[in-house]
Amino acid sequence: MASMRDIKRRKSSIQSTQQITNAMKLVSTVKLQKSKQHAENSKPYFDQMYRTVTSMLAKSGDIDHPYLKAKESGKKAIIVVTSNRGLAGGYNSNVVKQVFEQNFDPKDVLIYGIGKKGCEILTRKGYEIKRDYSEVIESPLFEDAEFIAKELLTDFENGEISEIYLAYTLFKNTVSHIPKCIKLLPMSKEELTAEGEGNESDDRTIMSYEPAEDEALALIIPKYITSLLYGAFVEAVASENGARMQAMDSATSNAEEMINDLELKYNRARQGSITQELTEIIAGADAIS
Amino acid sequence: MEDRNFKVRIICPDRVFYEGQAEMIEFSTTEGDIGVYKHHIPLTTVIRPGAVILTFEDGTQKEAAVHAGFAEILGDQVTILAEIAEWPDEIDVNRAERAKERAEKRLASVADGKVDEARAEYALRKALVRLDVAR
Repeated sequence: MASMRDIKRRKSSIQSTQQITNAMKLVSTVKLQKSKQHAENSKPYFDQMYRTVTSMLAKSGDIDHPYLKAKESGKKAIIVVTSNRGLAGGYNSNVVKQVFEQNFDPKDVLIYGIGKKGCEILTRKGYEIKRDYSEVIESPLFEDAEFIAKELLTDFENGEISEIYLAYTLFKNTVSHIPKCIKLLPMSKEELTAEGEGNESDDRTIMSYEPAEDEALALIIPKYITSLLYGAFVEAVASENGARMQAMDSATSNAEEMINDLELKYNRARQGSITQELTEIIAGADAIS
Repeated sequence: MEDRNFKVRIICPDRVFYEGQAEMIEFSTTEGDIGVYKHHIPLTTVIRPGAVILTFEDGTQKEAAVHAGFAEILGDQVTILAEIAEWPDEIDVNRAERAKERAEKRLASVADGKVDEARAEYALRKALVRLDVAR
């Protein structure tokens, strides 16, 4: 049985850890409120953007645009949105798992990393980090998304990359966050319309475009990519805080459990030593008389 | 008299900027300025920096600056997706003034070939729209 002093030391160390996890939980709860609000505020914009783009593609027949054509050569780009800090449960590894599940050869993949943690794991696994925008995730701005989208599209147009994927965590609600990997470019009509089924079959009258469809599409697709990226960022931030809150919550309650356990052990040990001392004194007294 | 109001929504990435009824909406597109009444033909158009003017039933008007984005017009609903939208009282006039000067200077030195003319012109336009709406 461990000595009383050992148990005491261990208990106080767990107690200070608990204080830290509890503080972190409170901080991420506050941050979650903020980022959740942020994610909710920006939702209508993306929903509308998505609807418009899908209906445009559905209506516009066969447009010969580089953004819509599949290319054979070139590497695949994956934008991986993770966090800069750990201690968020499975948050980061779940996103990275989405990358592995695509079953691409690491040599064919260029990572556009957002968030240090994801970059670290992927480098270890032999993926090449092409660009690192980790600082963006601290407080994502629309301008950041615009900048990244511009670089991505330039690389895409130069033929450096032929496909663009986005791996991030969807913020469904406070307790459920779903890691996702979606294809951004090239957009294929079939995929988009299949996803948008249901809300797309509505009786929209014939839509006119100004400027003409292909020109408008060329202007709108970069905006679409930008808005998807921005949406992914704000959702990822909300998910990160949610995940950290949960992780810290369970850490705090685990610590509580351990402390109770140790408390019991400590009391037993104390009682044991008192009993032992008593027995010794009585035995000593017996021996004298 | 027929109800001439229709639904207007102006949405930004970080908020729903405006949602409500209006009788007419005017804004600038890449093809020119347009005004929209109820029962306009369905149209999707790309907007450029400019003022959006909402006219209400009682004749009052509301003005806002909108930069970049696009608009979707359906018979009884107009949705503007704007990357930036500001009410007059949200505009920092001094900042816009400075931006205007900067853009003008850049445009003046376009001859050197170092400056991106289109970008400078775009910046100038944005600054002008802001100043225009703020006044």
